[in-house]
Amino acid sequence: MELPRIEGERDNIFLTSSNPTWDPARALVRIRELQTLPGALLPILHALQEEFGYVDDAAIPLVSQALNLSHAEVHGVITFYHDFHREPGGRHLLQICRAESCQSMGCNALVRHVENKLAAKLGETTADGAFTLKPVYCLGNCALSPAVMLDGKPYGRVSEEVVDFLIDSARRM
Amino acid sequence: MRIYVPCDSSALSVGADAVARAIMAEISSRGLSDVTVIRNGSRGLFWLEPLVEVETARGRVAYGPVTPGVVVELFDAGMLEGKPHGLCLGLTEEIPYLKRQERLTFARCGITDPLSLSDYIAHGGYQGLKRARTMTPEAIVEETVQSGLRGRGGAGFPTGIKWRTVLKTPASQKYIVCNADEGDSGTYADRMIMEGDPFVLIEGMTIAGLAVGATQGYVYIRSEYPHGFRTMRRAVEIAREAGYLGPDFDIDIRLGAGAYICGEETSLLESLEGKRGQVRPRPPLPAVEGLFGKPTVVNNLISLATVPIIFDRGAQFYRDFGMGRSRGTLTIQLAGNLKYAGLVEKAFGLTLREAIYDFGGGTRTGRPFRAVQVGGPLGAYFPEALLDTPLDYEAFAEKKGLIGHGGVVVFDDTVDLAEQARFAMEFCAIESCGKCTPCRIGSTRGVEVIDRIVAGQDRARNLELLNDLCETLLDGSLCALGGLTPFPVQSAVHHFPEDFAKLKV
Repeated sequence: MELPRIEGERDNIFLTSSNPTWDPARALVRIRELQTLPGALLPILHALQEEFGYVDDAAIPLVSQALNLSHAEVHGVITFYHDFHREPGGRHLLQICRAESCQSMGCNALVRHVENKLAAKLGETTADGAFTLKPVYCLGNCALSPAVMLDGKPYGRVSEEVVDFLIDSARRM
Repeated sequence: MRIYVPCDSSALSVGADAVARAIMAEISSRGLSDVTVIRNGSRGLFWLEPLVEVETARGRVAYGPVTPGVVVELFDAGMLEGKPHGLCLGLTEEIPYLKRQERLTFARCGITDPLSLSDYIAHGGYQGLKRARTMTPEAIVEETVQSGLRGRGGAGFPTGIKWRTVLKTPASQKYIVCNADEGDSGTYADRMIMEGDPFVLIEGMTIAGLAVGATQGYVYIRSEYPHGFRTMRRAVEIAREAGYLGPDFDIDIRLGAGAYICGEETSLLESLEGKRGQVRPRPPLPAVEGLFGKPTVVNNLISLATVPIIFDRGAQFYRDFGMGRSRGTLTIQLAGNLKYAGLVEKAFGLTLREAIYDFGGGTRTGRPFRAVQVGGPLGAYFPEALLDTPLDYEAFAEKKGLIGHGGVVVFDDTVDLAEQARFAMEFCAIESCGKCTPCRIGSTRGVEVIDRIVAGQDRARNLELLNDLCETLLDGSLCALGGLTPFPVQSAVHHFPEDFAKLKV
């Protein structure tokens, strides 16, 4: 009854990894799987982030070598895209939409509420390492604004009570 | 006996999985061996999600919004026979919101199992391709031109003309690229198709491939859509296993990485090539030198997903819908502060007022309407006085607005348009690719100027400066991000000057 899953696939392609320790051997396995694709750089960076939860700077020379690119080119791509993190994030990723549709239903107040609750600003990770809080500009759930995504799971019509419940439940996990 | 529980991510966001689990549990505890639960896409009536449907002799009967707690009660009331209950909405097809629509692109969405190829074919799928296969590439292009289909991503460029350029450009390799980087706030039509009827996109891309002589397609999906990405990837595998994709035409699904600018076609191509998503100067057009330097059709997902019905029913059938030079249907996505926000596919020409009130039911908060932004973050803010503007490319351009990808975001009277104008500049600064100066620097200066206006510093001169800055962005930017950011800013200043005049503490 659930959507068919592909083996080993996860809900969130940029979710923090269960084994975030940088390991060049594991990185090379992921790089080699994808390096012959046309335009392989983004798929490789997504794979590394899936593997480790972030893209370690030590991956840059490995990727450069595999794709025959300069270090600067790879670094430039990693830093261009909002998704790629250069250091490990929290155990949970909470994305709060702050685009116009959610603004019309009070997302700015929701953001302030969550920032207070977690004592972390958008873009930061909580002191206990439990949550990374990120803004997102539209989750495509605009008919049910305000919307958030927690570890790749979407939630709509999110009130302060609902987001409190989500955070508290995730913390206990 | 079938029960439908949507797997669309908006439905999931209000508990559709939990409802599906409760229904499964009830089926098994009652020992109902002949009942199957199908996870369909969404009908787009989001205030009713999770919308559960049961198949009856009269047709499908809908119940919603269903919570796990009422499932037992629904079974007791005879939901499986379509019997009455407080949540029963009657026959789905008779729900006025749906009945008043003209669903062409979304003909199957919410009806079929998104990953069942046999369901797709049973509901008219692959009829368009069947006909296209009997035609020459020139005839396919001509049919597309005749349909009047224009790019649904926002630019409104005639799809067939774009295809003609690619067809006429000789090359060893050509590509079909689907732009599924649906970043505009207030839009979700691409997502609904990917999650609810992915084969229609595959069919549309295959027809485009036949038209121009391309053998490889790419779908570039934003990373904010993990469910759509997964469904699309699975659908491609299923189509390949069944022989609908292969050496003649194949598709690869690629993931974006959180950059709004990659919805701009040349940025998208750069990103697909594995580069920073920076805009390319035009010419050359992507139709001449696109992906990896080869002639490339870059079309919005809705444009491509509309191609199959055009070929199934004929160009004339499609162009009979609409008004003026806007032919066919528009997939209006009602969003924000509306009671009945959802997908409305209608022929071009519905007025904004009809969309907001007749379909949307007015504001969800119950407060008075104040502003509507059509066409995403680069669209203009319209006041009450412009609500009789028909949804038509030219009518909107005349009022200094744009339809964009069809998103309609409604605000009540608590909105502060100076804040919205500031956000438009801030968003442009966050998402600018950095290639051209007006957009990269002008957006940051724009935030600062609006801050000074709102703070009451030299207001008249700063308003003039803001206008001047907007003209520079409009004329000097390489792409639509910088070039259209002035739309929300200037429309806010023009239609809501009072919001820029109150001194705020």
